[in-house]
Amino acid sequence: MKINVSLLYTEGTNCNLETENAFRKVGASVETKILSEVIRKNENFDKSHIIVIPGGFSYGDDISAGKVFADLLIHYKRDDINRFLNSGKLIIGICNGFQVLVKSGLLPNIDGNENVEVTLAFNDSGTFIDKWVNLKVNNNSVSKFINHSLPDTIELPIAHAEGKFVANKRIIKSLNDNRQIVFQYCDKKGNITDKSNPNGSYSNIAGICDISGQILGLMPHPERYVEIYQYPSWQRKHFSGDSIGILIFNNAVKYVRENL
Amino acid sequence: MIKIEIITRDGIKNHDEEKIKSNLPFIGIKDNPDIRFKKCYYFSLDNNEIVNRIVKEIIIDPIIEEYTIVNNTDYPLNVVEYGYMTGVMDPVILTLNDAIERLGIIFKGDIIRTFRVEFSKNYEKEDIDYIAKKLLINGTVQYRLNTYPTFKKGKEFEFKLIEIDIANIGDDNLMDLSNKMVLSLNINEMKEIQKYYNKLNRKPTDIELETIAQTWSEHCKHKTLNGNIDFEGENINGLLKSTIFKATKESKRDFLVSVFKDNAGIIKFDDKNHICFKVETHNHPSALEPYGGAETGIGGVVRDIMGTGKGAKPIANTDVFCFANPDYPHTEIPIGILHPKRIAMGVVAGVRDYGNRMGIPTVNGSIHFHNDYLGNPVVFCGSIGIMPVGTETKHSSPGEKIVVIGGRTGKDGIHGATFSSISLNDESEAISSNAVQIGNAITEKKMLDALLEARDKNLYTAITDCGAGGLSSAIGEMGENTGAFVELSDVLLKYKGLTYTEIWISEAQERMVISVKPENINKIRDVFKKYNVEYAEIGEFTNGKNLVLFYKCNKVLELDMEFLHNGLPKPNKKAIYKKREQNKVNHKINNLKSTFISVLNNWTIASKEWVIRQYDHEVQGRTVGKPLIGEKQDAPSDAAVIKPEYDSLKGIVISNGINVRYGITDPYKMALCAIDEAIRNLVCVGGNPDYTAILDNYSFGNPDKPEILGDIVMASKGLYDAAKSFDTPFISGKDSLYNEFKLKDKTINIPPTILISALSVIDDVQLTITSDIKSSKNPVYLIGNTHNELGGSILYDVLGISGGIVPNVDVPMAQKIYRTVFRMIQNGYIVSAHDSSEGGISIAATEMAIGGRFGLDFDLSNIPFDDEQDFETILFSESTSRILVEVKSNMEDDFINTIRDISYCKLGYATFDRLIRFKYKDKLLEIDLTEIIESWKSALRW
Repeated sequence: MKINVSLLYTEGTNCNLETENAFRKVGASVETKILSEVIRKNENFDKSHIIVIPGGFSYGDDISAGKVFADLLIHYKRDDINRFLNSGKLIIGICNGFQVLVKSGLLPNIDGNENVEVTLAFNDSGTFIDKWVNLKVNNNSVSKFINHSLPDTIELPIAHAEGKFVANKRIIKSLNDNRQIVFQYCDKKGNITDKSNPNGSYSNIAGICDISGQILGLMPHPERYVEIYQYPSWQRKHFSGDSIGILIFNNAVKYVRENL
Repeated sequence: MIKIEIITRDGIKNHDEEKIKSNLPFIGIKDNPDIRFKKCYYFSLDNNEIVNRIVKEIIIDPIIEEYTIVNNTDYPLNVVEYGYMTGVMDPVILTLNDAIERLGIIFKGDIIRTFRVEFSKNYEKEDIDYIAKKLLINGTVQYRLNTYPTFKKGKEFEFKLIEIDIANIGDDNLMDLSNKMVLSLNINEMKEIQKYYNKLNRKPTDIELETIAQTWSEHCKHKTLNGNIDFEGENINGLLKSTIFKATKESKRDFLVSVFKDNAGIIKFDDKNHICFKVETHNHPSALEPYGGAETGIGGVVRDIMGTGKGAKPIANTDVFCFANPDYPHTEIPIGILHPKRIAMGVVAGVRDYGNRMGIPTVNGSIHFHNDYLGNPVVFCGSIGIMPVGTETKHSSPGEKIVVIGGRTGKDGIHGATFSSISLNDESEAISSNAVQIGNAITEKKMLDALLEARDKNLYTAITDCGAGGLSSAIGEMGENTGAFVELSDVLLKYKGLTYTEIWISEAQERMVISVKPENINKIRDVFKKYNVEYAEIGEFTNGKNLVLFYKCNKVLELDMEFLHNGLPKPNKKAIYKKREQNKVNHKINNLKSTFISVLNNWTIASKEWVIRQYDHEVQGRTVGKPLIGEKQDAPSDAAVIKPEYDSLKGIVISNGINVRYGITDPYKMALCAIDEAIRNLVCVGGNPDYTAILDNYSFGNPDKPEILGDIVMASKGLYDAAKSFDTPFISGKDSLYNEFKLKDKTINIPPTILISALSVIDDVQLTITSDIKSSKNPVYLIGNTHNELGGSILYDVLGISGGIVPNVDVPMAQKIYRTVFRMIQNGYIVSAHDSSEGGISIAATEMAIGGRFGLDFDLSNIPFDDEQDFETILFSESTSRILVEVKSNMEDDFINTIRDISYCKLGYATFDRLIRFKYKDKLLEIDLTEIIESWKSALRW
């Protein structure tokens, strides 16, 4: 079965090539779709199995990160996206893509009305941060991208200025109850601590999914860790098995292959 | 008009408030006032419903922000509200207008954005003015509101041709004209122009004089380094030609593809791709508006890559800065100069915001400090690109259309080229405000995406960027061998009211010029539309060997290409080398440990992690040798490694060499050291010294002063000697002269500064290493000779000693060392290597220990030393060509057999106790790693 990935691209998208590379490595074929063309030609996503919104600075993040992309997506493509999701397909937003998904209301979408329930605000440091972080993986989450296959703690790089997850207590409780929290910043041993929180995210949240588990949004960049040489000081370590990032893409492709 | 004010909701951190608060004490305001920071938008139309919709749907983040409509805004004494001046582009407003249109909201008005800072207490007027000026507002591009802003609509320019009578005026009047029009031309050049027009028997138009001045500017023509120099009786006919170009011409390397003729130098990578590299200086604008200056520096060098051959894709950026010390007393900053810390922070933010938005990883760089950079900071921005084999050449032909794409043209950056060719003084801020520009990375990013697609579809024949000199330089260069005509009124403008001359010489950012065959015009239009990139067809290349410009069908310029490009009289300049004595100094150190810590925490040596982490150094997923390395990823790497192709292990190594102190005493040795250090850095990670190309960037003071030109000549000779002997050809370069700042009572020239950037191609990135200690079982060796060379060292900077002997380079020995180390890394004998440079081997060893989080037990007694020995000199001497290496324990014999005829010394082993011990005979310097890491890391954490 050929797995088709639509990579949504707009002015300022800049992690498209490595994201495409990651999906190719797990056997998917990737088509880059320019959002304004999709809107102009009124294209839908019916032929795709996975939509990915890669990292970058869509429209410069000039107003706030991902905001204009989110506005356009929901304004013009809400029905197409809902049809896509209703047929059981997957959406992943990485970094700027995550910002787009929360600002469009697609994530976490607890009450089902696509209202904006959470946001990704400026990092507590007030600046952009590029850094490798430890993440606690919630293998019990409903996310189709995890599929109980990841180690309990993993390492991935973050690279963002606006990644501080902010939500009120009620929303965070629901996320917990619904098993929508997928990744949390933690220390080497997997403890969720303030010190291991790189940006001030509430509850150290780094990635969440929607109630169905079909949509994943995360600030860290799995596409930047699909081979060992991308790991910092890979010369210090002994590696076995796949690089962590590739597993997330692999899970998505495997899910599509087995369920659609 | 409607104004809205946005605040963050209760309990949510407001970073703008925090930033202002934390910086107030730094400018001497220590009473910790409460502050409210508000983002404001003014809408020119009174339609509440539409404004509410725009604000709710596009502008605010409802989770963390709330807004109010303000009917009666005022500007009391405790408030500073500021915004961009009319004519300065605000990228946020561009995006906002675009979003409004795309969402189908009908709003036919204008929007202005401002920032409002409300202080809880009432200061005196002077105090508020002081805070506004020192901390909040950059007077070059921003202004403070004391009334509602006006939505100015530019008036259409009413055409009137301006001609200037220069036929019979004398020298003084010619020079007055040059100064008045900011032409920056000297008397010989003005007279040459006068002669040309007298022959034509007509008056020049204003735009003709401007065009000649741009084309002949130091910035574009590099007059000093291409002209005649009388160097103490030696007649140098073109300094670059007889040093830099000569080294390349004589090179035996077979990897050169295109050198010194395009926007960047190109070398071979593999069968499919070439690699190109360019480094620019952007000093003058960064002095006045550090953020915009650095942004446009990066934006400009990236366009150089996009304009190399038929266009390359940028895959990595580099940056090197020189500033005055960040603790320079505020009260002693002369008028017209920004504080070095403010400059540093602005420059870092500019590089960050532009590079990150472009999606180009910033992978290598360094920052240097010396107080003579007070008036003229030095900002080098580099970019590396990859391009398919076959796209390395370009050629435009008569009949092809001239197309401008990317950003629109405004009044920004007028006179940038001529402005950067003169010295700054305390009035520069006022007279040259137009010369500074604000960048918009997204405009450039989408232009890049569109151009790469158009290139791959072969839709244009030639391309160049609009840099200094704007359309004037770009079209002048592209049409040099053919001819060109342009209709200036076809250029897309940001706003009405630009004169024909302003359109022609504007240096508005993010524009490129391409040459398109008529049959491809429609196809290329489709590509630009797809990426939402604006374009305009503005003229045609011709057979006429001349340049002809029209404005609304009126001819405003006609110049022979021959006169324009080759009419510049070669300047004759005088150079004298003032040799400075170098003698050993009997330094005295009372407390070795505290001196060591001062050296480690010196601004130049202290960790740059705070800067590096603000740059995305991993975007594109190609960075396999990162700028921060080691167990905790906080030790500095010697060079970056990039894997340009996802499906190949072939790589490139990128490094730099620069020292800002050696040249003050000995510019010749400084040049040798810069090349030596650049090569050494790349060898330390596994780069191949025999597949290395280099780039030169000069930054010097005023070359009209014979002793400064003498320094430039000596440095150039050093560059030739080292490059020739290493056989590392120069592939591109850039010079920035006139880096002097005139004060009432004195003139500050910057230290002689040369940056060497190096690029090596390697077959297998798996054979690269890092500098952090890997194991306590492996012995650590020092390779290379140590001499008493402390002149210009960090030790003497710390001790306040100005004498000493500047390090020299034994190039043949250095080459032997680098080849051997390269081979031993390939063979797996060496698992870590670190270059010894500023601070000497004690600092290099400490950085290796920090990287691995080990202690060290080193005995320095046996280090070969050709002189009277002493502990301090061994610890801190900056002798060149030395590398510390960690040798794999089971390969120590192989290592020794290979290194035999090179000077080396076993130092000892790493330890688990995190104590650094340097022993020398009966002396001991012991430092606890855990005590020094935090201060080393926090010196530059702002």
